[in-house]
Amino acid sequence: MTYIAKPKISHPGLPKNKLGLTLRDYEGTVSTLCAGCGHDSVTAALIQAVFELDVEPHMLAKMSGIGCSSKTPAYFVNQSHGFNSVHGRMPSVTTGANAANRDLMYIGVSGDGDSLSIGVGQFVHAIRRNLNMCYVIENNGVYGLTKGQFSASADIGSLPKKGMPNQQEPIDPVSTALSLGATYIARSFSGDKEQLVPLLKGAILHRGFSLVDVISPCVTFNDHEGSTKSYSHTRQHYNHVVNVDYIHPSEEIKASYAAGEAMPIHLHGGDSIILRKVDGGYDPTSRATAFKYLRERFNAGEITTGLLYVNELRDEMHELMGNTETPLCQVPFEALNPGKEELARLQARYR
Amino acid sequence: MATVNDVVIKIATVNGTGSASANGLLRKSIFRMGVPVVGKNYFPSNIQGLPTWYEIRVTGDGYQARSNRVDVMVAMNAQTYAKDLADVAPGGWLIYDSTWPRSSLLNRDDITIIGIPFSRMCNEQFDGARARILMKNIAYVGSVAALLDIDLDIITALLEETFAEKQKLVASNMKAIRLGYDYVMENFPCPLPMRVEKMDASKGHIVIDGNTAAGLGCMYAGATVGAWYPITPSTSLMDAFRDFCLLYRHDPETDKRTYCIIQAEDELAAIGMVLGANWMGARSFTSTSGPGISLMSEFIGFAYYAEIPAVIFNVQRTGPSTGMPTRTQQCDIVSCAYASHGDTMHVLLFPADPAECFTMAVNAFDLAERLQTPVMVLSDLDIGMNDWMVPELEWDEDYVPDRGKVLRAEDLEKMENFYRYLDVDGDGIPYRTLPGVHPKGAYFTRGSGHTKLGAYTENSDDYQEVVDRLLVKWETTRIMVPEAEIRYSTFNKAAILTLGSGDGACKEALDRLEAQNVGLNYCRVRAFPFTDAVRDFISKHDVIYVVEQNRDAQLRTLLINDIDADQNKLVSLLHYNGMPINAGFVVEAVLAEIAKGRAA
Repeated sequence: MTYIAKPKISHPGLPKNKLGLTLRDYEGTVSTLCAGCGHDSVTAALIQAVFELDVEPHMLAKMSGIGCSSKTPAYFVNQSHGFNSVHGRMPSVTTGANAANRDLMYIGVSGDGDSLSIGVGQFVHAIRRNLNMCYVIENNGVYGLTKGQFSASADIGSLPKKGMPNQQEPIDPVSTALSLGATYIARSFSGDKEQLVPLLKGAILHRGFSLVDVISPCVTFNDHEGSTKSYSHTRQHYNHVVNVDYIHPSEEIKASYAAGEAMPIHLHGGDSIILRKVDGGYDPTSRATAFKYLRERFNAGEITTGLLYVNELRDEMHELMGNTETPLCQVPFEALNPGKEELARLQARYR
Repeated sequence: MATVNDVVIKIATVNGTGSASANGLLRKSIFRMGVPVVGKNYFPSNIQGLPTWYEIRVTGDGYQARSNRVDVMVAMNAQTYAKDLADVAPGGWLIYDSTWPRSSLLNRDDITIIGIPFSRMCNEQFDGARARILMKNIAYVGSVAALLDIDLDIITALLEETFAEKQKLVASNMKAIRLGYDYVMENFPCPLPMRVEKMDASKGHIVIDGNTAAGLGCMYAGATVGAWYPITPSTSLMDAFRDFCLLYRHDPETDKRTYCIIQAEDELAAIGMVLGANWMGARSFTSTSGPGISLMSEFIGFAYYAEIPAVIFNVQRTGPSTGMPTRTQQCDIVSCAYASHGDTMHVLLFPADPAECFTMAVNAFDLAERLQTPVMVLSDLDIGMNDWMVPELEWDEDYVPDRGKVLRAEDLEKMENFYRYLDVDGDGIPYRTLPGVHPKGAYFTRGSGHTKLGAYTENSDDYQEVVDRLLVKWETTRIMVPEAEIRYSTFNKAAILTLGSGDGACKEALDRLEAQNVGLNYCRVRAFPFTDAVRDFISKHDVIYVVEQNRDAQLRTLLINDIDADQNKLVSLLHYNGMPINAGFVVEAVLAEIAKGRAA
């Protein structure tokens, strides 16, 4: 993992956001991933997204597990706290952190090994709780740091660099999340920043669990002929169904869209996103049709991308529990401790 | 010769038949007569239909441990009748349900057998299968009350308190009490020569189990996030915390909660949640047992190295593996002290009874935040799930939680730079910041190698500097943990050293040995790492009998490892069959060692 600080040179003319910060202010340390790694593009998209959303750096918490993807929180927003936990356990740490402080924005970055193998239990249970976080899976179908073993997202027939093709059914995070009731589900491609940035912005602002599954090719171990997670395979088989435009609350929703093919979704907190359907028959508000569509396109060998499902109505974890609006870590001790007299009184039951 | 206030009553029933409330009524009524009591559950890992026992030791002397003797057996379970009959001490009594005949082969002429037709009487007087079963239990309380001379007015008062809202139940329960009481009064000479008499020794005391007391301690310590996975025998700890939260942690106007209890998907997630919440600045804890500690170990090592507070209650049960989930042991001492791979050491607290579960719960949060490390409270099934008489719990209104070295926004504002792992004060404890407070406080929490500045490293010197500083913190820990309980006299060259739930049996054994002119000093360690007082205590004796409830002498191992105790002095007395230790075991084991030529 990197420890080289980026030199702080910025042009005076760099655009600033509403907080007066430039894109450079949202950067982290220098990435030590392989040149051309898809993950670096995802990092760049995340930086772009939080810059454009005017996120206060200290109100963001960056969470991760173990693996190439999990190194990346060091590469963005230096002025945010980061938690690089143990393998497959990022969701539980984020759950606890969020339980203690619901005011922060949580971005978790994970990989297909971290989320679909060792951490699949925590991944599915974070969804069940509708934990309010943006969960990014940088999905490349292989274990990079241990030199190229297949992960659970590898497709049947996909060829490794050496050895036999994969014969096991892949675990698809998108359909898994759909079946578990995740409330914002998107898939994108690290090579398509135009599409990825607004999807991330919507995911960050969504209240509840948002999953962004990003096909992010591993240039060293899984970018060859016969791999289904390579740059060229993804570009050729990528079926884009729903575009997203993010609309700031201060902006009027006036983006032009053809009726029936686009719809505004109002997010909690006043923001909106506009869904712009590329395939007019796709309905991202219906789990059943989304699931059917995804399976059909998958069977046809296509990778469906875009905002695939959204539900702004379901309550997130704190709302489901009926917790106080004040972050629990800020409730004063006096309000938590019933006091001396009450202790004496309540012990009557033990006599 | 009459024996007063020194009797052991054991009740054999079938689990799932509602006998727990009847047994509680009996135990409470004796306690209300001012007489100290000990209540122990011996129950199966099962929901319904298997044998279960409740043992009430009436002890005018106020001893805390179980006795290894049964004076009055209430044998309500035909399945275990033969064993229950055999367990009665010579000269004792056995009560059975004479509705059905017992085989004459199952007889003893050295005890008195009392047949009472509980089923017949209850079938005649009550309707419905459920009511008949429940009332049969209440009826034996009435019979024991008559035999031991327990005050019926106190039983009536207790029933009125229990069923304050349901007067009909008071009447029906009293009817069942009278059935058992009157039958015995009419047919047998009452009371027995072994009986209960009012005294004034339970005043200022309560009877409570350790899990309830620990849950109450967490409430008083200001814990807000509890994350856990159900496991016997720790489940009732989080249940108790939830019950207290329902009473005290709901906004009266909005009904919103100031607590968050999460039933995790497993123990790996439970401890992850605890770390996340503590990292964020909330007081957060989990409750578990040995198998849960095994699963949590990776994260416990993470918390040690990344220096995150965490409070973990381990209510120990019999291992290894699944072991006997409803039996007690102190078998996780070593696995907790060194949980996780790599060089790790953890702070352990050893409560001896429910009162210490309460106080140590509060200690644990203070130490965890002060030291920025996991603190494990090692209770056990005996403490956690049994009924102990302890002094009433008290709260110091001047208590202020020790949140440790946490920099506030105004502190950070004044600083040029913040670095996470610098030993600014020389005590090995660095300063930390909480997320959401100030951009200058940001740092990257990691379990990978890091420098004192908090940066990733693969540099040998930088790595070693941090792990060596953790040793400085360990020595600071040693002077902060609760001091051992020590009874010392220069006359004695030998001593007993124990921990946790061994306390009651050892103190009772000291009295009995004293009566046989065997004088021993006493040390009960209350925490790991061991304090200097423990080191001195060991050095002042020729022989230390180390009494603990595991097979492998784990406390002894820790003494040798942590403070270099002379292993030749440390003689292990080990009790590990799953039943709570009793004084008789300690007395016999010490006398056997003396007979072998050990110093007394």
